[in-house]
Amino acid sequence: MRKLLKYINPYWGIILVGLAIKFVATYAELEIPKLMQIVLDEKVPAGLEKEIYLYGGLMILCSAVALVLNITANRMASKTAGKITRTLRHDLFDKLQRLSPRQMDAVTVPSAVSRLTSDSYNVNNLIVRIQRIGVRAPILLIGGIFSMMTMDVPLALILIALLPLIAIVVFFVTKRSVPLHQKTHALQDKVVMISQENITGVRVIKALSKAEHEKMRFNSAVEERNAVSLKAQKVTGLSGPLTTLILNLGLTILVVAGAYRVDSGGIKPGVIVAFLQYFVMILNAAVMVTRIIIMCATAQASANRISEVMDLPEDMAVISEEGLEKNAPHIEFRDVNFSYSGKGNNLENLSFSLQRGQTLGILGATGAGKSTIIKLLLRLYDVNNGKILIDGRDVRSIENEVLREKFGVVFQNDFIKMTSIGENIRYYRELKDEELLSAIADAQASDFVEEKGGLSGEVDIRGNNLSGGQKQRLLISRALAGKPEILILDDASSALDYKTDAGLRRALRQNYKDSTKVIVAQRISSLRHADLILVLDDGAVIGAGDHDHLMETCEEYRMIANAQMGDREEGA
Amino acid sequence: MAGMRGRLTQGETSGDKRRLSNKPVDKKKTLLRLWRYLGRSRYLLMAAIVLSVTSSALALYGPKLSGTALDAIDLGMGKVDFSVVFRCAFWMVLCYCLSAILTYLLRIAMAHLSKEVSTHMRQDIFANMMRLPVGFYDKNQTGDIISVITYDVDTVNTTISADAVQILQSVVTVMVSFIMMLTIAPVLVLIFCVTVPVTFLFSKWYAGWTRKLFRERSRKLGALNGFVEEMLTAHSTTRAYGREDTVLREFDEKNDAAIKAYTTAEANGTMNGPVVNFISNISLSFVCLFGAVLFYQGKVTLGNLSSFIQYSRKFSGPVNELANIFADLQSALAAAERVFALIDAEPEAEDAPGAVAIEEVSGDVQFQQVDFSYLPDKPIIKKLNIHAAPGSLTAIVGHTGAGKTTIINLLMRFYDVDGGSVLLDGRDIREITRASLRKAYTMVLQDTWLFNGTVFENIAYGKPDATMEEVVKAAKAAHIHGYISRLPQGYDTVLTDNGASISKGQKQLLTIARAMLLDAHMLILDEATSNVDTRTEQRIQDAMRRLMKGKTCFVIAHRLSTIRSADNILVLDKGEVVEQGNHESLMAQKGHYYKLYNAQFDSAG
Repeated sequence: MRKLLKYINPYWGIILVGLAIKFVATYAELEIPKLMQIVLDEKVPAGLEKEIYLYGGLMILCSAVALVLNITANRMASKTAGKITRTLRHDLFDKLQRLSPRQMDAVTVPSAVSRLTSDSYNVNNLIVRIQRIGVRAPILLIGGIFSMMTMDVPLALILIALLPLIAIVVFFVTKRSVPLHQKTHALQDKVVMISQENITGVRVIKALSKAEHEKMRFNSAVEERNAVSLKAQKVTGLSGPLTTLILNLGLTILVVAGAYRVDSGGIKPGVIVAFLQYFVMILNAAVMVTRIIIMCATAQASANRISEVMDLPEDMAVISEEGLEKNAPHIEFRDVNFSYSGKGNNLENLSFSLQRGQTLGILGATGAGKSTIIKLLLRLYDVNNGKILIDGRDVRSIENEVLREKFGVVFQNDFIKMTSIGENIRYYRELKDEELLSAIADAQASDFVEEKGGLSGEVDIRGNNLSGGQKQRLLISRALAGKPEILILDDASSALDYKTDAGLRRALRQNYKDSTKVIVAQRISSLRHADLILVLDDGAVIGAGDHDHLMETCEEYRMIANAQMGDREEGA
Repeated sequence: MAGMRGRLTQGETSGDKRRLSNKPVDKKKTLLRLWRYLGRSRYLLMAAIVLSVTSSALALYGPKLSGTALDAIDLGMGKVDFSVVFRCAFWMVLCYCLSAILTYLLRIAMAHLSKEVSTHMRQDIFANMMRLPVGFYDKNQTGDIISVITYDVDTVNTTISADAVQILQSVVTVMVSFIMMLTIAPVLVLIFCVTVPVTFLFSKWYAGWTRKLFRERSRKLGALNGFVEEMLTAHSTTRAYGREDTVLREFDEKNDAAIKAYTTAEANGTMNGPVVNFISNISLSFVCLFGAVLFYQGKVTLGNLSSFIQYSRKFSGPVNELANIFADLQSALAAAERVFALIDAEPEAEDAPGAVAIEEVSGDVQFQQVDFSYLPDKPIIKKLNIHAAPGSLTAIVGHTGAGKTTIINLLMRFYDVDGGSVLLDGRDIREITRASLRKAYTMVLQDTWLFNGTVFENIAYGKPDATMEEVVKAAKAAHIHGYISRLPQGYDTVLTDNGASISKGQKQLLTIARAMLLDAHMLILDEATSNVDTRTEQRIQDAMRRLMKGKTCFVIAHRLSTIRSADNILVLDKGEVVEQGNHESLMAQKGHYYKLYNAQFDSAG
């Protein structure tokens, strides 16, 4: 919570101005009944007709001042809150983007989204509300108490003695409710998660007629969330009635005590009358103040959720640069060990090196660790042991921007955005249309891109209007655009027919000579021309070398190759 | 953005069946429907109103008691009537305690009410989401839909339940005060006959204007949500390309738009309060001035004037509140429009009356003169005829995806045909309940889908009563048992969607295991094994072949072995079946298939 204050800090000046304006407006508004009282009590009985009009005019003036100033202050409040929220969201989104995949998995996307929208919205609301009503209530409260003090100190002390009691109530309510609110938000994340799953899995759910089951799942998540939310409201709901009750009991004491004071001649009865009038004012003000504090507590749950993300440590800091190794290969893995969970190794003692322009092929059963190699090279995860070097530099010592400039990547199941074909390929980089078009041509995608309307052709959510092969070629175009230093294709051509695949390989050979290529594939034909092929099994290398070498030395490779050649010969 | 038209966030209507239509919204209808949600919890609502009226009556009774006590004190020094004072004090304590309890009960009733309203709304939305055609989700952003479920429902809910009770309470106070004022000085009431209508006319005019702003606020927040959801899903891609800064710039645009819409709505929405206050202050001033004039003319006494003014202040309080509620309602209405648009989005047609739930299926499928299009003027399928005999294998090949997936959409009745008919065992599938029709198929799609749940739950998803043995057997048949046993908790391991250590190939195997558990007579397969390594693939193919045995199969084929063993190959080109037949006959024709075959399936070395 405290951390978020830094977002408010630049605006204290303007907030104070706004509060000052609000103060004047409130003052003007409070003057109106007073003026009226004077008219009725003094001017009318005295028959001062002119002054009556004068006072009438003053009242209208006060109304007008209150109108203009209130509107101004409210607008300022909304604007300021908007600016604060904008910066807060900006930083939060930035932070979320820079989380490591491991951290992102822990936060989860649905939760990240609701922290970014709902929670920041709650904080925003609080900032607006406080500015709007945060002045009036304290003014009335302090003003009321002050007036009472000037009239009779002992009686006023009764009221003041009650204030700590109210503070205790507020403290108790806040303490109990913040965790409940926070829990409500977490359960809301679950509701969002189920909605999201149902949207992405709609075909499977319909095919298996699981709608009823999913409804039950959703409904019980909603019920679960609401049960906690209700509990939270039961706690916060206490504050208003309790505050009112305490003050009203104080009033009763005041009447009794006042009776004694009057009886003993300490005060005149009129003082009690005046006290009762101020009392209503103080009561309303006190209830409002507690409401503001409770509001702060509710928003605090949201603020905590935002801080949680903001406070995540930078998972993969850039380590200080070590000595550059001369004449180093372009890419080198040196005794790399890695595990996702910390238990067991997903990669074991992996070492290899590639010169600039060479091609690495990676083959292996599903789950053998092929994609893991790529994620490590991109430094989406850090190695547990060993080193990964690019041009003789540890990847952990390379600035993120510099490191990632080098790559063109297609992941498995990679992301396709609902936008134009051109923007999907450009992916936020500064690339000219010609570069995109030549990448499209190299990716063998020209025919379908043209059919879909060229660069401006539209792509549905998750690329749902494209076939598997088209999606892959679109993604390959993205990786090729900009001629990356290192090109990574993770199972990127599995849905391509052999001829297209061959065309792609030819284009890679001719137009991307200087790019070092890392290709994960299941088809031998996609890999057989690679300079180095790694055969992985369960995180360990069971064969390394070029095609001919592996055909001789690696049983596994030979089996796969023979099986696939057989398939192809069958078709020939 | 050009890409946004016709979606959840926009008003235009396009003929696309997959997009959410936005009919012009009738405010009264929206209000009525909101009221109906409250009506569903009418007992709670009534309880809340009773509680609210009694607790405020008790609170009003307090001052009366303190007044009596004052009269007893007013006797002066040494003469205070303590018996009256104590009696009053006793009743005051009782009255205030009771009032506090009732107020708290009211709060709880309100909390329950708002809980019920939001639960009903969310359940209704979700229920319709389950009935929406699949294509809806290709055209509307996930984050945008979720924003309706969360933000918009919350906005509606916080306003209407609180307001509904407040309105009634205010109306009662207004009426009582109005009658009291009429009895004191009917002439002065004339002032309110001007100012009150002005207040409401202003609020009404103003409301119409601000509702647009609030609508914009909801939309822009939805768009921001959609963007954020999409781009955080793309987290790894963005990082891999190091595009965080540029993505952040686009985020800023969306964020600025959302903030601007929010600030504008908020800034203008809150103008209502000061303006209404102004009108009531002015009317007070006039009452005071004219009252003075009337006093001089001897038409009212000073005491009358004073109490008239007190009532008029009592009167204007709730009037202001009503006007403010009116303004508040606009943000609820704007949000409600989005909620109802989703609840009203056109679902898949209901099962025809008298639709049969089929049980035993022999698996004879026929397309007769089928026409279909997503967009009215862009036919996807024209006069299509297919016949698949029980137990036969139909391979669907062709260049583009659209036509091929559409056939699956029609088979499963994700969409209904525009012309012609699809027959299963000689019966039009529109005369069959959707649930039983879909149960008759096993479907394995290329896009794998797993949910947050254990491995066991994911595999048993299609067969809830499956035993552990059956699940293990299916997993073994799909060659994923070994992987599962190596997981920390085996079959009880919870899969999280982004689970880093599960590869796409493994996901596919899990979905195949899921399919293995189903015992349907027909099978739909969409190039489901393309991400699996060769050896596993061969095993899966074996398993698949076993799965396919004796079933009517439709396969979007990429594999030679499948195509060559197909009884019927459909060659699709731009939505039309250009050729049909088995491999040999099609090769002999030297037409489309021949060309496609040579281009696509020929060995390229």
